[in-house]
Amino acid sequence: MKVCFTSKGATLDTPTEERFGRAPYFIIVESENGSFEAIPNPYADGSGGVGPKAAQILIAHNVKALISGQVGGNAREVLDAAGIAMYTYTGGGPVKAAVDKFTENTLIRS
Amino acid sequence: MKLAIASGKGGTGKTMVAANLAFTLSRAGQVTLIDCDVEEPNLHLFFPKTATITGITVPVPVIDENTCQHCGLCGEFCQYGAITVLSNRVLFFPELCHSCGGCMLVCLNDAIHEEPKRIGTVAISTPLPHLKLISGMLDTGNPHAVPVIRSAKKLAAGNPLVICDSAPGTSCPVVEALDGCDICILVTESTPFGLHDLRLAVDVADRLGIPTGIVINRSDGKDQEIIDFCRVQDLEVMMTIPFDREIAAIQSRGNILCQVQPTWQNEFTGLFMKCRDLCKGIK
Ligand code: SF4
Ligand code: SF4
Repeated sequence: MKVCFTSKGATLDTPTEERFGRAPYFIIVESENGSFEAIPNPYADGSGGVGPKAAQILIAHNVKALISGQVGGNAREVLDAAGIAMYTYTGGGPVKAAVDKFTENTLIRS
Repeated sequence: MKLAIASGKGGTGKTMVAANLAFTLSRAGQVTLIDCDVEEPNLHLFFPKTATITGITVPVPVIDENTCQHCGLCGEFCQYGAITVLSNRVLFFPELCHSCGGCMLVCLNDAIHEEPKRIGTVAISTPLPHLKLISGMLDTGNPHAVPVIRSAKKLAAGNPLVICDSAPGTSCPVVEALDGCDICILVTESTPFGLHDLRLAVDVADRLGIPTGIVINRSDGKDQEIIDFCRVQDLEVMMTIPFDREIAAIQSRGNILCQVQPTWQNEFTGLFMKCRDLCKGIK
């Protein structure tokens, strides 16, 4: 299953980003084997509608779960409709710390 | 001639300047005053009079789910994120839509048509024999001020002397209010915050290529910083209104300074003359 983490950079060692629509990178981890892909968010500096546009990227990459700090109302509606589960992570630290928390199944669904 | 009255921040007395300028000039000829602060119009409070109100609509797309093939083209096209196409349905966020009409053009299946959606109103009144007041008003909860401002300004097309009272700040609605004006009057206060916001507002007028003059309101006499800034920027301080309890009281009663203290009419006529000179390029 593909799981997306919002991140400030392109690796598992870069810090997590709490914002969803304006996150600089989406790190998409394949939970089966831990491999990942970093996708730069073209809407990070966009002016409007960044939430739904960012959600469309996740849909296009067949993501099934999103781990982020805060997801806005419109993005939430899109993700919900697309059947993408949302989990809140506000612990900071590198992306891999968030990956560990997700793997341990200790994150709260939002 | 089209005059815009703006300010870098709210509460500088911009509307007071607009109301008094319009009041004074309407005693000599026809004036159209437009309230472009459509999120919080308040000029009508200075000029109470029954108005004719018309609704403003913008076209928004309506997607026919029966014809739609969920190909995704419209969602990819919409740069505002207003449409998301899922495998079995389309999500539309009206508050994100900018009514560009693009989604309808890219749909190859004729699944999108447009319907009008009301976003605000314009109210037209004649509070004084030679004064026409056009007030744009955005419906609450609607984010798109620009089309309402555009409609209000369109109603004044061809009028000889138009005064546009802009919203404060430097956002899109301000740019829309200033667009097409010959002169911009920026109203400021003599505080350090006033100067910071004035800088931003001067920059916007500059980018739009509109000649600008400054009015200092509620001056406590310590205006040197603003005056220095204006000298460096080659901007004329066209008028200084002192901080005065009496003026403040007239204002708060919703009265017009120039009506209560007619000597002020000379000051506002002078302000207009300076604008006209600046417009002609005589400084
Ligand atoms: S472009 Fe037309 S057919 Fe394709 S998803 Fe949009 S509305 Fe449906
Ligand atoms: S009209 Fe333009 S802004 Fe509105 S949904 Fe269609 S493409 Fe997006």
